[in-house]
Amino acid sequence: MEEYRHRLMDYVREEIMPHRFCTGCGCGTVLNAFVNAVEGVGLSPAKMVCVSGIGCSSWIPSPYFRSDTLHTTHGRPIAFATGVKIMRPDLTVIVIAGDGDVAGIGGNHLIHAARRNIDLSVFMVNNMIYGMTGGQVAPTTPYGVKTSTTPHNNVEPAFKVAELVMTAGASYVARWTTYHVFPLMESMQNAIRKRGFSFIEIVSQCPDNYGRRIGLRTAVEFLHQFKEKAVRIDKTAGMSEAELADRIIIGKLCDRERPEFTAELHALTRRIVAALKQEQPA
Amino acid sequence: MAFDDNRLSYLNRLAGKRYFMLGDEACAYGAIYAGCDFIAGYPITPASEIAELLARELPRAGGICIQMEDELASIAAIIGASWTGARTMTATSGPGFSLMQENLGYAVMTETPCVVVDVQRSGPSTGQATKPAQGDMMQARWGTHGDHNIIALSPNSGQECLDLMLECFNLADEYRTPVILLMDGEIGHIRESVLMPDPEQITHKTRKAARPGEDVFGGDDLVPGMVHYGAGRNIHVTGSTHKANGMRDVTTPEVHDALIRRIYAKIDQNREKIVRVEADTDPRGPARIGVISYGASSRPARGAVLAARSEGIAVDFLRLITIWPFARTQVAEFAKDLDIILVPEMNLGQMSREIERFVDCRVQPVSKIGGIPHTIGQIHRAIREAV
Repeated sequence: MEEYRHRLMDYVREEIMPHRFCTGCGCGTVLNAFVNAVEGVGLSPAKMVCVSGIGCSSWIPSPYFRSDTLHTTHGRPIAFATGVKIMRPDLTVIVIAGDGDVAGIGGNHLIHAARRNIDLSVFMVNNMIYGMTGGQVAPTTPYGVKTSTTPHNNVEPAFKVAELVMTAGASYVARWTTYHVFPLMESMQNAIRKRGFSFIEIVSQCPDNYGRRIGLRTAVEFLHQFKEKAVRIDKTAGMSEAELADRIIIGKLCDRERPEFTAELHALTRRIVAALKQEQPA
Repeated sequence: MAFDDNRLSYLNRLAGKRYFMLGDEACAYGAIYAGCDFIAGYPITPASEIAELLARELPRAGGICIQMEDELASIAAIIGASWTGARTMTATSGPGFSLMQENLGYAVMTETPCVVVDVQRSGPSTGQATKPAQGDMMQARWGTHGDHNIIALSPNSGQECLDLMLECFNLADEYRTPVILLMDGEIGHIRESVLMPDPEQITHKTRKAARPGEDVFGGDDLVPGMVHYGAGRNIHVTGSTHKANGMRDVTTPEVHDALIRRIYAKIDQNREKIVRVEADTDPRGPARIGVISYGASSRPARGAVLAARSEGIAVDFLRLITIWPFARTQVAEFAKDLDIILVPEMNLGQMSREIERFVDCRVQPVSKIGGIPHTIGQIHRAIREAV
């Protein structure tokens, strides 16, 4: 009998499987959705560069996804990816990293990349906590949650990252959760295809370092909660801010055509070089 | 590496001409001659003129200049771009150089060629923002955390800003390492006549390419071959400790030991090939007094040496062009018959201490801080006092 081999194994570095995410971690689901999306788009990993930072979800592309990979310093993957994309605009450059990395320490790079509208797809896995370091408060941790560095209470409100990125100028912004796997897959395909800055906030579960602090011990409990709290963006029109406070707004926040940074930059360079050729030799 | 058509036709317009320009601008032209494809920077005095000139001129030569949101992003972008095969650089001053230290270590660890220009200004912190200093000599050596080696060069004229940029890019590619051009605000803002070379006379070292199937982060040579993104090799680049194939292994002591010792050794064992100094021993015979200097300080230092010699005081002079790796052999040889070495520098003795480690004679810093360079008279007095 032939040994069973999953059709998507070609997209992962099989030699280092099984992965090392904790039991019930949402990162496996995101990896699953991502490889399905890459297959769905019909993209060859040979034409991709995956860039990640520091944190659990940065392990989704590095080491697990089989493409050229740049595993960078904490918070900086979007800045590194900017250099790759400018010099190789023909390659598809994907950033996968966590909320602490992308919206915390690296928040400045996020908003400026969105403003430039550079053709990157950024998939931010938001588990609402610093998981890898053991459960410290994140800029995405909800108000009132006790974490290892807010043992008495978190008195800061959480960042609405997707809305921030939309305001900063991105072409495509969506938010989904690890419960909404099929819409997430479709959204990832749209993000990869989109010419411009694409951002998906993926609300995900961390049973070990977040769930145990808020009374959700298993991934199943988390997914039930995501299902209950989720409200599609087209259903939010009549809802008050108070009604939305504890909800997760899911769906596509924006999908629009805006000038893309690397295309603008290279067109400008071509014009300058052509103009110089017209000039008489100095 | 040969120039592409755009670059060659751009440089042919400059060849043989002489321009009066800032050291910063000469540095920028050096980058264009070096085949720099991409610069990402962030404004800072006294380095801004480098990015300003490249923003104007580099696109005319087919390259790209962008301004990033900060220095962290600037060095990150040039490291990322370097993995596409591009020659890349950034330029900054002390505060920005401080911000770049973490990613400078990333470039060391991932063996990514790139050039970082630090036009030193008076610090710490904001210090005297517009005044020159040489206070980052040790930061260039040890600024990023962990054991590592680095290459840093220091020009002392406008012309040398251009010439050393060529060398920086070549060294970066040859040794697969970040290379620092340690300018100082005085040299960055000096205005001098600079000769634009003939592009046909420029030699570019090419990065060694990894053979098919060959590991990109180890192997038999101290400097492994490189594979660029988009080649279908699924290259895994990480700042974590990694095996020769690039895959992370942060638990095996032997893996870390072998990686870090090799990265250290590739510069250490090639020190004699890398190091450049300029020696000027007193033609009239054995001197007991020596002067060692570099960068802006080396100019009044040389003036003081000549003034002392005209009074009949025998003085030897050595200028460090390569700062790191340290010219220990050349300095030890220079010091052999000396009683005292004076070290004029615009800091409180950073290189003096390094010189002290490799010589038997007395080493005395001639420090100048406060934002105004040494005068010839100050150093001349120090020489007289040493007699």
